Amino acid sequence: MQSVGIQLEGVSKTYPNGHVAVRPIDLTAAPGEFLVLVGPSGCGKSTLLRLIAGLETPSSGRIVIGGVDVTTAPAQERDLAMVFQSYALYPHMTVRDNLAYGLKVRGVSHSVTRERVARVADALRITTMLDRRPAQLSGGERQRVALGRAMVREPKAFLFDEPLSNLDPSLRAHARAELRHLHQRLGATMIHVTHDQEEAMTLSGRIAVMREGRVEQVAAPLEIYNTPVNTFVAQFIGAPSMNLLPARLLGLNAPEGSLVGIRPHDVLLESSGAIEAAVEMVEPRGHDYLVHLRLVAPNAPSLVASAPAAPIERRVFLQFPRERLHLFAPDGRRVIEDHLRRNALQ
Amino acid sequence: MNNAIDPHREERRLAALLIAPAAGLIVVMALFPIAATVSEALHGHDLRLPWLGRPFVGLANFVEAAGDPRFLSAVGHTVLFALVSVPIEIALGVALALVMHRALRGRAAIRVVALLPWTVPTIVAALIWRFMFESYSTASFDWFVHPRAAWVPIVAADVWKTTPFVAILLLAGLQTIDPAIDEAARIDGAGPLRRFFTVTLPLLGPALVVATAFRALDALRLFDLVYVMTGGGPGTATEPLSLYAFVALMQRLRFGYGAALSMTVFLLTFAFALIWIRTVGHSLTDDHV
Amino acid sequence: MTRTAGVIAGGLLLAALLYPIYRMIAASMAPDPSVFAVPLLPTAFSFEHYRALFDERDFLVPIRNSLIVAAATTALAIPVAGACAYALARLRMRGRGLILSMILAVSMFPQISIVGPLYLLLRELHLLNTYPGLVLPYLTFSTPLAVWLLTAFFRQLPRDLEEAAMIDGASRLRAAWDVVLPLAAPGIASAAILTFLYCWNEFLFALSFTLGPERYTVPVSIMLFRSRYQIPWGEVLAATVVASIPVVILVLTCQRRIVAGLSAGASKG
Repeated sequence: MQSVGIQLEGVSKTYPNGHVAVRPIDLTAAPGEFLVLVGPSGCGKSTLLRLIAGLETPSSGRIVIGGVDVTTAPAQERDLAMVFQSYALYPHMTVRDNLAYGLKVRGVSHSVTRERVARVADALRITTMLDRRPAQLSGGERQRVALGRAMVREPKAFLFDEPLSNLDPSLRAHARAELRHLHQRLGATMIHVTHDQEEAMTLSGRIAVMREGRVEQVAAPLEIYNTPVNTFVAQFIGAPSMNLLPARLLGLNAPEGSLVGIRPHDVLLESSGAIEAAVEMVEPRGHDYLVHLRLVAPNAPSLVASAPAAPIERRVFLQFPRERLHLFAPDGRRVIEDHLRRNALQ
Repeated sequence: MNNAIDPHREERRLAALLIAPAAGLIVVMALFPIAATVSEALHGHDLRLPWLGRPFVGLANFVEAAGDPRFLSAVGHTVLFALVSVPIEIALGVALALVMHRALRGRAAIRVVALLPWTVPTIVAALIWRFMFESYSTASFDWFVHPRAAWVPIVAADVWKTTPFVAILLLAGLQTIDPAIDEAARIDGAGPLRRFFTVTLPLLGPALVVATAFRALDALRLFDLVYVMTGGGPGTATEPLSLYAFVALMQRLRFGYGAALSMTVFLLTFAFALIWIRTVGHSLTDDHV
Repeated sequence: MTRTAGVIAGGLLLAALLYPIYRMIAASMAPDPSVFAVPLLPTAFSFEHYRALFDERDFLVPIRNSLIVAAATTALAIPVAGACAYALARLRMRGRGLILSMILAVSMFPQISIVGPLYLLLRELHLLNTYPGLVLPYLTFSTPLAVWLLTAFFRQLPRDLEEAAMIDGASRLRAAWDVVLPLAAPGIASAAILTFLYCWNEFLFALSFTLGPERYTVPVSIMLFRSRYQIPWGEVLAATVVASIPVVILVLTCQRRIVAGLSAGASKG
C-alpha cells in the first residue's frame, strides 16, 4: 500500500447562511504521517476532514492527494477511507458484507475480496463475528468493524472522525494503543480528528491545534507542549490547563497586559519565598495532589499546582523556575525566550 | 478558484430526474385541471344550453352564487358542520390518544380497534350510521326526515370515522413528550388533572395545531359522507358546499356555475389555512421550548 | 382511583368505536326482514344476504376492479413518490420549496373542483370507464401524500450511512439503492398501505369516471344498490362487510406500519 501526502492550499469553507467554518488554511500531511486535528467544538476540524474526504466542497483553495488535484472530485473517486464517529456500519448487512462493500462497489473480484476480508478480520480479531449484524455487536466490536471496513480498501489515506469518542473510557486507552499499532504496521497516512487533547498528545506524529476555523499551531506533541505559540494553545493542551498570570504581578518588565504561563506541575510549593499564596482546596488524584491556590496580591488571581504531597499549612510560598515560564504578549502570542532571561525574576 | 458549482451540477441533474415523474404527473393531472376549473368559473358554460357557447363572464358566476339562497345555506351548513364536528373530534382524539399511549397491555389490539373506523371506506361508515339511525327511527320520528335532526347522524358518522386519525396524529405528539417532565410535575405535587392541563396539553400544542388544521380542511370539503347518507336531504337541508357544486356540475350540467361553486370550496379552505397559519402557526415558532 | 376511572372511560371509548362495526356484521347476518330489530346478541344467523350479493349482484366484479386499481396505483405511486421524496430529502436542488408547496397545494385542493375538467380530459383520452382512467387520477392524488410521508422517513435516516457508502466508492444512486432503500423499507411499507387504503376507499372519482357495472369499484357498486324507494339493507350491509375485509386484514397485520406512517406525516408537518 503506497501512502500518499495530502496538501491543503488556502482551503476554506463558508456555508450559504454565512457561517465561516474554515478560514483559508494551508496544511500538509506527509506520506505515512499521523496527523491529528484537535480543537474545541465548532473549531472546524470535522469540516476540514469532510472537505478532505469530499463530503463537502471548499469555498476556495485546492486539495491535493498524492499529487493529484482532487478539489472537484467527488468522494467516490478519492480512494480514501473514513471511520465515522458513529461508525456508520450498514445495519442491514452482515459484518462480512460491511467489510466487502467498498470492494464490491469497485468491482473487485470475489476471490480477492474474500481473501482481503479474511485477512483484515483476522488482524482485528473479528473473524468470529463475520456473519453477525452490527446490532448484535458491542461498541468496541463495532469500532473494530468500522476500522476493518477502512483497512480492507487499502486506501491512499485514512480519515478518522472522532472514532474513539463513543467508547467507554476504559476501552479508550486500549483502542488508542490499537490505533497507534495499526499506524506502525500499515505506515499509512492518517488524519485523525478529536476534541480530546490527551488523545491528540498520545496518538500523534504531529498535532494541528485549531480554533474558530484557523490552525493555530502545527507541530509535534512535545513541541506544542513546551513551546505553545499562543495562550489558546497553551491552555488547550495539557491538563490541568496552564496557569496564566499577569506578567507585571510577577515583577516582570513587560508591556501592560502581558501574561506569564506556568504549568501546574512546574509550580513549586515552598515554606518561604517571594510569592505568597493561600491554599483554597486540595484534590487528591491518587498519584499526586491538585492544589488550588489564590495569590496574596492585587486581584488575587487563582492558580493550580500539582504537588506530590498535600501542603500542611494554609499559607504557602510559590517558586516559579525561570526556565519553565512562558511569556505571552498582550495579544496572546508567545514572546521569544530571550526576554525572559533579560527580565530576571528574583 | 471557486469550484463549488461543478460538483453540484450532477446532483441537481439527478434531483431533477427523480422529481420529474411526480412533478409531471401533478402538473398534467392536477394543475391543468385546476387551471381549467378556474377558467371555467370565469365563463358561462351550460351543457344544456350549448347554443349559448362559452362566453367570458368574469365574476358573474360568483355574483350569482352570492345571491343564491341555496349557495348561502350550503356555505352555512359547511361552516357549521366544521365548527361542530372538529372540536368534538379533537377532544375525543385527545382522549383516545391518551388511552393508546397509557395502555400497558393489549396495545396492538387497542390500536386495531382504534384504527378500524378510519380505515373503513367512508361510504361504509355512512351506510352503517344511516342503518343505525334508521333503526332508531320510530313511526313518529324519522331522523332523516327532520332537516335539523338529519345532521346528527352525519356528525356522528364523521366523528366516529375521523377520531382515530386525530388520535394517531396526537399519539405521535404524546410520544415525543419527555416523561421526565410529567414526573417532575408529580413530585412538585400536581394531581393528574392539573398535570394534564398544565403539562401534557401545552406540550401537545404543535400536534394539536396540525391535527386541527388537517381535520378542519377535510371538514370543509365534506362530500362522500353526505352524498351517501342523505343525498343532501331532506330537500337540501344537509347539503354542504361540495355537494351543491357536484349537483350543479354533474346533474344540472352547469359547468361554469359549478366550477365557480367548487372554486368557493377551495377559497374557503384556503382562507382557513391562511388564517390558521397567521394566528396559530406563528405562536408555535416562538413559544415552543 | 383515577387509574380505574381512566380504564373504564377508555373501555367505553373503544367500545363505542367498535359498536357500529359489530352492528354491521350482526345485521348483515340477520335473516330478513328483521334486519332492524336485531337484538344485541343475535341467536339466528343467515348468510342469505351474502349469497344474494354474489349470485344476484355479481359482487366479485367490483371487488376485482377495486383490487386491480388499488394495486396498480400503489405499485406505480411508490416508486414515483419514492424517487421524488429521496431527491427532496437528500439532494441539493433548486426550487425545493416550490415543489413542496405545489405538493401541499394539490393535496389541499377539494376533489370536487377537479372532477369536471378531469372528466373532460379523460373523455378526450378515451379513458372513461377503464382501469387507467381511474389509476391516473388516483396516482395523481395519492402521490402527494406518499411524497410527504416518504420525505419525512428519508429525512429521519442518519446521513452518515450514505456518506460511508459514498466514501466506499458508491455513486449517490447506488448508495441510495444499497443503503437507504433497505432502511426505509418500513416507511415505504407504510406509504404503500396508506396509498392502497386511499384507492380502495375512494368514492367521488370512481363515481364520476366509471360508467357501467363492469368497471364500478366497490364503493360505487354499493352505493348503486339503492333503488328509488328503499335501501336493501341486508345486501348493502353484507356488501359493506365484504368491502371492509381487505381493510380489516391490512389493519390487523400492519397496524404498526399504519400508525408509523400517519405519525411521520404529522411530525414533519
